Amino acid sequence: MVTPSEVKAEVMDAVAIDRALTRIAHEILERNKGSQGLVLIGIRTRGVHLARRLAEKIKAIEGEVVPLGVIDITLYRDDLRRRFDHPKVERTEIPFSITERCVILVDDVLYTGRTIRAALDGLMDFGRPRSIQLAVLVDRGHRELPIRADYVGRNVPTARQESVKVWLREEDGLEQVVILERPESRGSDRRP
Amino acid sequence: MAFTRKDILGTQDLSASEIADVLDATESFIEVSTREVKKVPTLRGKTVINLFYEPSTRTRTSFEIAGKRLSADVINISSSSSSVVKGESLKDTAMTLAAMASDVIVVRHPASGAPHFLARHVPSAVINGGDGTHEHPTQALLDLFTIRQRKGTLAGLRVSIIGDIAHSRVARSNIFAMRTMGMDVRVCGPASLLPLHVESLGVRAGTDLDAAIRDADVIMVLRLQLERQEQGLIPSLREYSQLYGLNLKRLEQAKPDVLIMHPGPINRGIEIAPEVAEGPYSLILDQVANGVALRMALLYLLAGGPGL
Amino acid sequence: MRLLIRGGRVIDPSAPLDAETDLLIEAGKIIYVGPDAGDVAWQREGSHLQTPLQVVEAHGLLVTPGLIDIHTHLREPGYEYKESIETGSAAAAAGGFTSIACMANTHPVNDRAAVTEYILEKARAVGLVHVFPIGAVSVGLAGERLAEMGELKHAGVVGLSDDGKCVMNSQLMRRALEYAGMFALPVISHCEDTHLAAHGAMHEGRVSTELGLRGIPAQAEDIMVARDIALAELTGGRLHIAHVSTAGAVRLVRDAKARGLRVTAEVTPHHLVLTDEAVRGYDPNTKMYPPLRTADDVAALRQALQDGTIDAIATDHAPHDIADKEVEFDQAPVGIIGLETALALTLRLVEEGVLPLAQAIAKLTCGPAQVLGLAKGTLQVGADADVTVIDPHTEYIVDRREFRSKARNSPFHGWTVKGRALMTICSGKIVHTRAPERVTYLAAPEGERRTRGRRGRDSSGAP
Repeated sequence: MVTPSEVKAEVMDAVAIDRALTRIAHEILERNKGSQGLVLIGIRTRGVHLARRLAEKIKAIEGEVVPLGVIDITLYRDDLRRRFDHPKVERTEIPFSITERCVILVDDVLYTGRTIRAALDGLMDFGRPRSIQLAVLVDRGHRELPIRADYVGRNVPTARQESVKVWLREEDGLEQVVILERPESRGSDRRP
Repeated sequence: MAFTRKDILGTQDLSASEIADVLDATESFIEVSTREVKKVPTLRGKTVINLFYEPSTRTRTSFEIAGKRLSADVINISSSSSSVVKGESLKDTAMTLAAMASDVIVVRHPASGAPHFLARHVPSAVINGGDGTHEHPTQALLDLFTIRQRKGTLAGLRVSIIGDIAHSRVARSNIFAMRTMGMDVRVCGPASLLPLHVESLGVRAGTDLDAAIRDADVIMVLRLQLERQEQGLIPSLREYSQLYGLNLKRLEQAKPDVLIMHPGPINRGIEIAPEVAEGPYSLILDQVANGVALRMALLYLLAGGPGL
Repeated sequence: MRLLIRGGRVIDPSAPLDAETDLLIEAGKIIYVGPDAGDVAWQREGSHLQTPLQVVEAHGLLVTPGLIDIHTHLREPGYEYKESIETGSAAAAAGGFTSIACMANTHPVNDRAAVTEYILEKARAVGLVHVFPIGAVSVGLAGERLAEMGELKHAGVVGLSDDGKCVMNSQLMRRALEYAGMFALPVISHCEDTHLAAHGAMHEGRVSTELGLRGIPAQAEDIMVARDIALAELTGGRLHIAHVSTAGAVRLVRDAKARGLRVTAEVTPHHLVLTDEAVRGYDPNTKMYPPLRTADDVAALRQALQDGTIDAIATDHAPHDIADKEVEFDQAPVGIIGLETALALTLRLVEEGVLPLAQAIAKLTCGPAQVLGLAKGTLQVGADADVTVIDPHTEYIVDRREFRSKARNSPFHGWTVKGRALMTICSGKIVHTRAPERVTYLAAPEGERRTRGRRGRDSSGAP
């Protein structure tokens, strides 16, 4: 549990988050020349909510429904052997074919890139997409793998001992992106 | 969640929250088996040994598929293979497997307590695939998952287990797990096949099949081993089938939404009629399908973390 | 060699005696029991005065008649990889026993004089404790024909038993009781209805149901106890029931004694201390026949010790090779060793208030002696100098790696217990000691030799 006193700074408030998502939705449509052949796949847990909001915005803009899926990357993690508990495995739900589609992968924070690497591996088991693009709300730097986001809500430079938390009303009851001073803890959080 | 056990030797010592964790994990593994590429890299590089001293098609295959879908290396050793036939003792086999750094050993053995013996002597995780007449925990866990999948809940459900309770490890494991999850269990069979002190396990016991059928939400039918007649425990298979066989006529008095289960393989026409086994309320094939996911969940929980 | 045991609490239930006093031993016999035995030692005449006196300081210790175990398996001849007469004797001495009776299920079976003589000769050569062979009831223990009991008696057996197996044929058991009576040999019965007990690995009860192990019902024992008692009544023969384990058997023996039948019974230490709950975990060191029973049975056995229904505590020491026992529970052979833990477990009963100390000692000394008609188990003047010196206070942890027995199959490894034989003396010779510091030697005191009331003679006897 994070106590308010650990919050170092607020980066985005509810309005800023919504504007960023609106802009990303437009950028997706612009780059892909519409919503034909697109699918949105959110990475559990908060990426799912963001993906859903993007789908709603695209529907509002284009009037088209883009298929929405959920991927859980627990089984593809590269750090399972170093943990002492078992991350709870949730269901992956991709009830449509992704072959020859353009997949927009959605996550809340892009950090080392390992989560995205795991998600890419998982997606490949579901088919052969024509392309995969990555949309994130926050890019906080410190990449450890050659991964980059196509759509970024906000770039937030951070120090290593800090962490970035995205709080969404569906999950956390409030809308805020904050920087926290994180005490060292081993294997307790998903390291993005 | 932290699943800290080294082994799964039985359901008797599993707590309600551990059982719930296992069933919840099973949910996500169900999905893996519906994909086109039915494989995840989670146990890549881990070694799973199926050590089966008793013949088995479904359990062994189920474990094999489960391990392979998790990308583990799965080796099957059966009792007809050389060193076991040569008379190598269980202890020597265990030490050999441990020396080969196998991460998980799934063992099925005719002696009750054999997995406990193994677990004492090897650092590998040991999963009991059925020991003598003692326990068959993976069967019971997949049975519970199947019931929960259909009914949405477990606590308060009434289960009747019919058959050779005395010699059934499936019955014991189910009784222990069901009691832990707050289910009402009743056992029914001929007096010579009910253990003397069965009520002390927390179940109601009786020899009247109709009474057992009437108020049950789930009826679990056990396989009758055909040797029991030779052993003088029942006069004949014919009489057993007449008194305890589950057929459509008997089921007329059951609840309309009753579920029928059987660990398999079934003796058609003896303990269960084919029409019942293949009927709309039968969960027998669901049990088999869920078995793979359940075993994947257990392998993940025991071997998915820091290894040997 | 002369031996003085000084200052210990001497407990001899046969006298009865329970007092802090001394014991003087000469030429393998007890020659004096009383205070100031040191002075008495120097008052004896003759060449003995040249022999140094070995003195054992027994302050704070118990001094009892040498313990007697009427039910052991020495495995020799034939199974020396499990135990030998030498290692079994060493185990006995380490456990405080000076006399042991060994069962006939060796290979070859002790059903003829040659085997009896072999055992006695070997025991003599080993020279540690007294070994009393028990001969077979039936040839080869096959339960078909009577063994030649007359010849066996002549060779030196002290009893007859097919122990390890039950004489299922009632006609044969009847004839055995009749015939053995002619030689004043007790028939020791291992009561187990083979059919009821078939394939069973533990007591049939709640625990066996949970563990999925086939059970042996108490009735498998009770039926044979009842049968044997009925046959003893028919024949007037002398019957001893081995390793009683059930409340039902206890009731039958109590009733038989009340009716004046010549029936005695023994119980093992493990049946007094463990129940079938100990089998959880499937340790093959909890597998024996009769199996560990329920708490109610244990209570009945304790009561039977108190009221005399059970005459003796006997270990049923059953050594097995480590590899043989380290297998699946079903496959493991039955039996555990007991010579080196019996004393501690018996004293634990005293500490728990089940038995007074003297009565507990009796069950290990004069009780078993009477069962087999042995002139042992007593410290009265003139008796064989078989003595056990016991430390009842010091706590220690049972470590089976230190056992003198070849075998390691004991469920008591790791138990914290009190009560250990510090010294075992057999025929006046110390055959086992844990406390060499308590032994000193005295030469005759210079110029202080007194010859009481012998006027005109000096110590050399010259006028």
